[in-house]
Amino acid sequence: MPIWDGSMLLDIKNIDVLYDDFQVIWDLSLSVKTGEMVALLGPNGSGKSTILNTISNLIDHKTGDIYFDRERISDRPTFQRTAMGISHVLERRRVFPHLTVLQNLFLGAWHQQAKQSRQQSLSKVYRMFPKLAARSNQLAHTMSGGEQQMLAIARGLMGLPRLLMVDEPFLGLSPMVVKDLIGIFKNIVAEGISILFVEQNVRLALSMADRGYVLESGRLVITGDAEDLIDNDMVKKVFLGS
Amino acid sequence: MTFEIILQAIVSGLLMGLIYALIAAGLSLIFGLMNIVNFAHGEHLMVSMFSSFWLWSLLGLDPLFSIPITILLMAGCGVLTHYLLIRYILKAKMLIQICATFGLSIFIRALAQYLWTPDFRNVDQPLLEGRIELGSLFIGQPQFFAAVACLLAFFMLYLFVTRTETGLALQATAQDREAAEILGIPSNRMFALGWAIGLGCVGVAGGMMTNYFFVFTDVGVNFALFAFVAVALGGFGSIIGCLYAGVIIGLVESLGGLLIDPSFKLLYVFAIYLLVVIYKPQGLFGRY
Repeated sequence: MPIWDGSMLLDIKNIDVLYDDFQVIWDLSLSVKTGEMVALLGPNGSGKSTILNTISNLIDHKTGDIYFDRERISDRPTFQRTAMGISHVLERRRVFPHLTVLQNLFLGAWHQQAKQSRQQSLSKVYRMFPKLAARSNQLAHTMSGGEQQMLAIARGLMGLPRLLMVDEPFLGLSPMVVKDLIGIFKNIVAEGISILFVEQNVRLALSMADRGYVLESGRLVITGDAEDLIDNDMVKKVFLGS
Repeated sequence: MTFEIILQAIVSGLLMGLIYALIAAGLSLIFGLMNIVNFAHGEHLMVSMFSSFWLWSLLGLDPLFSIPITILLMAGCGVLTHYLLIRYILKAKMLIQICATFGLSIFIRALAQYLWTPDFRNVDQPLLEGRIELGSLFIGQPQFFAAVACLLAFFMLYLFVTRTETGLALQATAQDREAAEILGIPSNRMFALGWAIGLGCVGVAGGMMTNYFFVFTDVGVNFALFAFVAVALGGFGSIIGCLYAGVIIGLVESLGGLLIDPSFKLLYVFAIYLLVVIYKPQGLFGRY
């Protein structure tokens, strides 16, 4: 059996993740293809964010392997993973509150390659998010939740990702902003950037994603194409309880 | 009491205040960056003064010329402090963090007493000596240039933090360590840099003070206490707040000593601290 499947950008094989002695992820395997939008679903506390944090190495995993673009990255520090093209937009946006929009974006392009094309990336994300361009000198904490989410995603894009991971992108946003964001996600994927996102709203997530993974208490329950999952009884059971 | 005497007190207070400000800026930078209070700050100041003293005593280097060496030495000391001690207590409980840096202060002071004895030493005939006379106003040359050097260092620190790429990364790490980490800014290196700069500030202050201050193993204690008051008054984590707070403390110390009673001059400074803690706990420029 080949360790790495050629079509995958991200390939996670049988990982366990523990917080001290408390196991939160059990024998999980997951993969994302190039240009694919994948949703990570599950009820509160099922370990969705933990998986994203493991992929960007904010947390170590104990067993198993993580491959990114043919390379095993399990032992690499976060900043090397960023340089390889993994951008992670954390839950609750986490923009730098006392820096301006421009400074936030500037910091998004930190590894060597991203620094070199900083100006191009900047005009690109400003085209994608015209609101940010208009507010480039405003302090991040003075902006609305939706604008901060846009800034967080734009900052992630400044790192020239091949995989953009977004944790709860729609949390607390108005339906209008959600609609805008869905359009932007589709544009990003159309450029060949893969998106792996965490979402609580199953119907919304499956309406936009290509594939979905459903977690319950740290274990993978079911996975498949989005349209198959949307009416799946198992999925309903996980979210509705019975 | 004449106007000249009050003016003299204001000038001396201002000159001393700028030194307090730079020492406090080092403390504030480290705290703002990683939420760790360096209780060994005074001892680091003492080490920088000894470094300056020994460079004069053993190699014949005037304290004015050994400043760059002292700064580099202190920056190195900061990097070592981070990698040998602080790195291991970043995620520890606050009490453990306090004990760690407080323990470090006792360790450094005891080591200094063991190596160099608690004697008072001073530099004979440094280049900066004597005083400048402006009418009836006397300004000690070493005090004046020490204040100028501190102000200059402060200005450079401010430019570095606000205008350079690395300074921006330092601010980002201070505001949200994890968010900076996932952008590829290695927080461990930023912390080491923060320690290097923080103790580098102390190096400037200590190096310049060696020109006119006695060098002894307990010299840092009062300066560290004043630095804590300055950081609280200026607002935790605010660099510019330290400048104002340092000057205010210098002025209060000097004017209070002149107008009320010099033997209580420490009391006035700590009275400010109490007032700040009670009425404006976030300090003058604090965000918290």
